[in-house]
Amino acid sequence: MKIDNNIYERYSRQLILKGFGETAQQKLLQAKVLVVGAGGLGCACLQYLVAAGVGTVGIMDDDKVALHNLHRQVLYTVNDIGLSKAERAAAVLRQLNPAINIKAFNERLAVGNAISLFAEYDIIIDGTDNFSSRYMINDACVLTGKPLIYGAVSKFEGQVAIFNCSINAGEQPVNYRDLFPQPPTADEVDNCAEAGVLGVLPGIIGTMQANETIKLLTGIGTGLVNRLITFNALNNQLYELQLTPQKETRNLIPADFAAFEKTDYDWLCGISGSGVEINTDVFDSLRKQAAVVVIDVREYDEKPVVDEFAHLRIPLAKLVNEFTNTEKDIIILFCQTGKRSAAAAASLEAVFGDTKKIFSLAGGILNWKRKQSA
Amino acid sequence: MQVEVILFGQLTDIARGGKILIGDVADTDELVKAIEQQYPAMAGVKYIIAADKKVISTNTPINEKTELALLPPFSGG
Repeated sequence: MKIDNNIYERYSRQLILKGFGETAQQKLLQAKVLVVGAGGLGCACLQYLVAAGVGTVGIMDDDKVALHNLHRQVLYTVNDIGLSKAERAAAVLRQLNPAINIKAFNERLAVGNAISLFAEYDIIIDGTDNFSSRYMINDACVLTGKPLIYGAVSKFEGQVAIFNCSINAGEQPVNYRDLFPQPPTADEVDNCAEAGVLGVLPGIIGTMQANETIKLLTGIGTGLVNRLITFNALNNQLYELQLTPQKETRNLIPADFAAFEKTDYDWLCGISGSGVEINTDVFDSLRKQAAVVVIDVREYDEKPVVDEFAHLRIPLAKLVNEFTNTEKDIIILFCQTGKRSAAAAASLEAVFGDTKKIFSLAGGILNWKRKQSA
Repeated sequence: MQVEVILFGQLTDIARGGKILIGDVADTDELVKAIEQQYPAMAGVKYIIAADKKVISTNTPINEKTELALLPPFSGG
């Protein structure tokens, strides 16, 4: 059977829809969509995108199929356990629709590959399962100007939205950081593996992501631009939130591609990193953010004077008594060489516990000044 | 004056329900304080506050008609 000749038959039931038709189908066939994460959300979303005839579909996931995935990741079978999700999903989907171009990327999204990959697609779909990837995807979409179809689940509830997409030309689009500016620390949210998820839920949310993608590509209906919808699978309640751009958000996103490629998202999300110490690069990208307060813990008369960036001056001996409250989420301490600020970080952690992220500039201000003049 | 607050995610586990009533609060800062007094475990959870279906980032006056919601971020996929 020659598949190419069956286009009219394959898509006939949506071609005959008033307001869809051949024009919308053409738009789908010409579109390029990248799905990051071929898990519960990705499996559902991918099936409908491929079935609907999106011309190029990229699937990115470095994970392998496991038995505990199968209750929600419906593209896989027991025969796939241990195999690449991206490759298995691509193989199954090519059978569903051999006439479109399906690309499998059996690799992890990273700051080094995100920008060049996103640039090749029209729309990015977030089907990942961790905050590190979610913030990375958001920031890369902002920097490359790509609409982001966001979906996320936890236990019995899901969220869907379209980010980085303006309704009217020239309007500043909303992104994920306008909703949740900073990643939570690991203990501030339920761990997915521990919290669990109802298997059908990512199916529903992933399908909603596919629907939003198809609407956005074809121009039909009203998409979830500047709106977040939450869905509760237990009582079918929907809650809708209006989103607006926040002034501080741009400062949280790396300024350009080079800064993006230097950003450690695992570290920002508290996944990796060696305790409280940060190097000068991380210090420079962090200190510009709105949610950060920088404190010099040296004595008042110590040199060199620091006038390159805004900071507070509270000597170590006074710190715990004087610095008892801050609206900022992140506290960065520095001293001459990094020793006193490390001690200061430990004392402040005892005060603030897990409510703040507290860091110490490794090598101190002497090392930072050396790097500046180098 | 009492305000009704809709809860999402793990906040519903802490409050054992999707809605709570909080009394005698005039703004969102007081609301957070009152909630954390009543449900200390909520102090350790990251969430955003929505008033009348809009995200708020600074202290905002509220009354009994304000529709309030607390939404934690979800990461699962």
